[in-house]
Amino acid sequence: MHPVRKQRLIMVLFIVIFASVAVGLMAYALRENINLFYPPSKIAAGEAPVDTRIRAGGCVLPGKVQRASDSLDVNFLITDGAATVAVHYTGILPDLFAEGEAVVVNGKLNGDGVFMATEVLAKHDETYTPPEVAEAMQNAGEHQKTCEGMSYGS
Amino acid sequence: MGWQWFHRLGSPRWFYEKTNAWIPWLAVISISLLVTGAVWGLAFAPEDFKQGNSYRIIYIHVPSAFLALAGYYTMAISGAIGLIWKMKLADMVMKSAAPIGAVLTFVALVTGAVWGKPTWGTWWVWDARITSMLVLFFLYLGVIALQEAYQHQDTANKASAILALVGTVNIPIIYKSVDWWYTLHQPATIKFTSESTIDPSMLYPLLMMVTGFYVFYALVLLMSTRSEILVREKKTRWVKDLATQ
Repeated sequence: MHPVRKQRLIMVLFIVIFASVAVGLMAYALRENINLFYPPSKIAAGEAPVDTRIRAGGCVLPGKVQRASDSLDVNFLITDGAATVAVHYTGILPDLFAEGEAVVVNGKLNGDGVFMATEVLAKHDETYTPPEVAEAMQNAGEHQKTCEGMSYGS
Repeated sequence: MGWQWFHRLGSPRWFYEKTNAWIPWLAVISISLLVTGAVWGLAFAPEDFKQGNSYRIIYIHVPSAFLALAGYYTMAISGAIGLIWKMKLADMVMKSAAPIGAVLTFVALVTGAVWGKPTWGTWWVWDARITSMLVLFFLYLGVIALQEAYQHQDTANKASAILALVGTVNIPIIYKSVDWWYTLHQPATIKFTSESTIDPSMLYPLLMMVTGFYVFYALVLLMSTRSEILVREKKTRWVKDLATQ
């Protein structure tokens, strides 16, 4: 290769590597802030700030969703397998909200450790299945893996 | 011997004449793949047991996001070739790739928002995947703007190639964002190392749409590059001869 071209090639590689390292360090420094939500175990461990707007994400614990009969109030528990956090919300829930499904809630943690949500988002998983297949899988005794399969990172 | 084709690419005229016959083929293949894939995916593929019919937007959302990322590499690599070998054709490809990529990124963002509203309950959320995708859109706009910002084409090529190269950092971040951080966006469905978590009856039309988008991208990029060749070579004899034919 011509020496001038070789020099330019090294320059190009330098630009790419330098930019990668710079952005990598930036992402490393901001790693906590880039996360969209806190998992329940971090909230239970006291790592999440109290009375500040944060998001929490986890699985809705089956059988623990309590709806008020005279208002839109709803109470439920979310879990990541290690800990659970109680959530209180007033409003209309998204279509995909269901027991055993993942959600991301937006709101404030109060002093009692109850999460007062102002917004509930459904987090759907990466599986797509036709209804007949899903039915057959349930008949075969294979339980839905929505929550177990959900990735919580480390 | 093996490098002859590469050196021939240095001649925009050779490239223009060589690719003349490719256009109709690419057009027929891409349109038939896209039409078949879209009809299959939208009308014949089964609905999802949880999301119902709203998941069908995957047939536009995923291919356009794929090509937005792949198109960025096309742009950055041709920018690098233009920087290193001073190849005119590579600079033209880089310039042509920017608007196409910007449109694809925009389509991915808009279809994502439309999909997000019924399934997640929100149009937009600042999670790592969506935010890095927005950054990609701005990178494309930056390259387009830099191309127009200079009097001299050489300066414009150099500046936009450097921006494109710095921006390549973003591509693996977009790709891995759903694994590295907690995001609202779900992890990848089509996996290369393990079994994809989508039923085959839904996967085949999706793969067809992805292939169709790749061929369509090649077609649009080729057409755009060819018109860029004519614009930049308009003072040469062969272009004048072409115009008077």
